[in-house]
Amino acid sequence: MKFQEFTKGIIKNNAVFALALGLCPTLAITTSVENALGMSLAFAFVLISSNLIISALKRFIPQEVRIPCFIVIIASLVTAIDLFIHGYSPTLYEHLGIFLPLIVVNCIILGRAEAFASKHSVSDTFLDAAGVSVGFALAIISVSAIRELLGSGTIVIFGHEVVPAFTSSPAVVMLLPPGAFLTIGILLALLKRAKVI
Amino acid sequence: MENLLGIAIGAILINNIVLTKFLGLCPFFGVSTRLKNATTMGLAVTFVMTASSILTWLVYEYLLVPLHIQYMRIVVFILVIASFVQLTEMFIKASSPTLHRSLGIYLPLITTNCAILGVTLMNTVVEGYSLIAATVNGVATGVGFILALVLMAGLRERLELADPPQAFQGLPLAFISAALLALAFQGFSGMIL
Repeated sequence: MKFQEFTKGIIKNNAVFALALGLCPTLAITTSVENALGMSLAFAFVLISSNLIISALKRFIPQEVRIPCFIVIIASLVTAIDLFIHGYSPTLYEHLGIFLPLIVVNCIILGRAEAFASKHSVSDTFLDAAGVSVGFALAIISVSAIRELLGSGTIVIFGHEVVPAFTSSPAVVMLLPPGAFLTIGILLALLKRAKVI
Repeated sequence: MENLLGIAIGAILINNIVLTKFLGLCPFFGVSTRLKNATTMGLAVTFVMTASSILTWLVYEYLLVPLHIQYMRIVVFILVIASFVQLTEMFIKASSPTLHRSLGIYLPLITTNCAILGVTLMNTVVEGYSLIAATVNGVATGVGFILALVLMAGLRERLELADPPQAFQGLPLAFISAALLALAFQGFSGMIL
């Protein structure tokens, strides 16, 4: 077990900022921090459990049909989390909408399955998947915090006002699609300027 | 009778798949550096999207609904799309090597294009369209995708001549151009059909 398998996915190889993967959920559901938290948890569940299963089964999956096998495993887990969230949190289900089933085609998950889980031991795979999940959560939570702060003028998480309202006329455009592109564009440029990625 | 024109205009302009709904962003940023590649990719996506819309609609309505296994939709849809893409690739390879050379590398990418799965889910589960409406929605969403991709490729080809600050070079500049495009498309949101 190597601990660097965990840390490399958080900042240096951050899936969203450094590799520009998984952009659809990063831009679409980041209108509030609450949504981003829900998405991060659903994503982490699917990524970690699917990669553990794939890593455990790697000897039994024939090389030629590995991609369809991976997709079926991922799709089954997404169906499970889809039904779970539908049952326990209808509000979150409504907010995440179509992006919850679309975790299936999130390129980060298939990418990690193909590039890491199918070649490494189960314990290393767990560290890698956990690191990538933390990196993804970091990315979408930071994007959503900026958008909610500027677009709603406040940050509310599960009924608690984390940042109290500071303006009566927030920049609503930040909650609309252009705001999402603008936020991630400027964030990427700043990270590049600071030589983080 | 559904408002087919409304669905079409809505899918192309008002709810543009890329700039308003944030689907298919990977090819949008990945393949939009050259106008020619963007057009080819756009056409390939439109073709697969239309065919998948029809196929998944039939599977959903005549297989999943009668058997009461709608919850299997995610697994079934992705398999239908993946096999259709695979078949198309084999067909093109056998029938037209020229077409295969120019389109070949894009086809496998389309399977994991979230726009395709997104449209098929919208047709069946979210909107509950009829077969005709689902087909129209598939074609129109594809046209919307081409429009966004071609506009973006045009912008990025011009931007190559510009000299932005070093930090903005590449992807950050592409995101900001997309923000301006999306802002322009927000203008359509007031249209009532």
